[in-house]
Amino acid sequence: MKKAHLEILVGILVIVLLVFATLAFVQSGSGEEEGWGGADGGAAEMIDETGYTPWFESIWAPPSGEIESLFFCLQAAIGAIIIGYFFGYWNASAKARRGKKEEE
Amino acid sequence: MEGYLPIGWCIFWAVLSAPFVIYGIWKMTKMIQEDRRVLPLMAVCGAFVFVLSALKIPSVTGSCSHPTGTGLSASFFGPFITSVLGTIVLLFQALLLAHGGLTTLGANVFSMAIAGPFIAWLVFVGLRKTGKVGIGLAVFISAAVANLVTYTVTSLQLALVFPVEGSILTAFIAFAGIFAVTQIPLAVIEGIICGLVAKYIVRVKPEILKKLGIIQDEEIAKIQGEAA
Repeated sequence: MKKAHLEILVGILVIVLLVFATLAFVQSGSGEEEGWGGADGGAAEMIDETGYTPWFESIWAPPSGEIESLFFCLQAAIGAIIIGYFFGYWNASAKARRGKKEEE
Repeated sequence: MEGYLPIGWCIFWAVLSAPFVIYGIWKMTKMIQEDRRVLPLMAVCGAFVFVLSALKIPSVTGSCSHPTGTGLSASFFGPFITSVLGTIVLLFQALLLAHGGLTTLGANVFSMAIAGPFIAWLVFVGLRKTGKVGIGLAVFISAAVANLVTYTVTSLQLALVFPVEGSILTAFIAFAGIFAVTQIPLAVIEGIICGLVAKYIVRVKPEILKKLGIIQDEEIAKIQGEAA
């Protein structure tokens, strides 16, 4: 196997293991309370305990968790399509350049 | 975290961040005018901030948080241009996701788009100056540092406003316990992704990186040899 491919494979494996090991070994949420909340929610709770009340509400908030995930997906999709487009373009032009060199 | 910072602090962080972003916009425009070929790489770096900051990943503390994705851009383009890319993402999240917030935008821009990238860029340049650290490893470390610094600064920003029993330090440790510890595995994940991507870009499109002065011919040949 080429070294470059091995590197990518190992990298992806480490990431997958990290995420799944976390989900498997760490307990989150007790009984009725849902676990795996956002860390910023944890900080907000800590501030709420001091008696502080936020003075400004979001102008617009997604009306439900589903719609929130829609926008998160949209954000990731916009990024992914840009990355995919240029990676594909660069890859193909690099191949074309190599092909030309070999012909000469 | 909309509304969680008192208005004085909102203005303070906004005023502090504004010059960085404005200088970043000027620098970005100048760079694109000089050579339009940097535009695709800039777009890809911005796209990485988009993708990575949308992914909420579970971590050892039992809560989820997301990477920042700013390390790649900070390594290639420096902190000022990165601050512009980061601000775009933060605006998107504040307006459409009620995530982050408009009143806290200045503070968030400072931590995620300025402080994190700035330190990451210093680390990247320092590592590369030694001539011993390959681009993949340097970007790995730089991206992980960008992530950790971002959340350390966030913890500090909150601790300044909400001291525990009159102590900023105690509050900082408490907030860092929520944020920074959660971020450690995410910083590793982010580092791996950015490091691999940096090497991939060297293999398929080294010209732009060479022009930016990030890599020399010798290392390009070596990295391209690994895939042949």
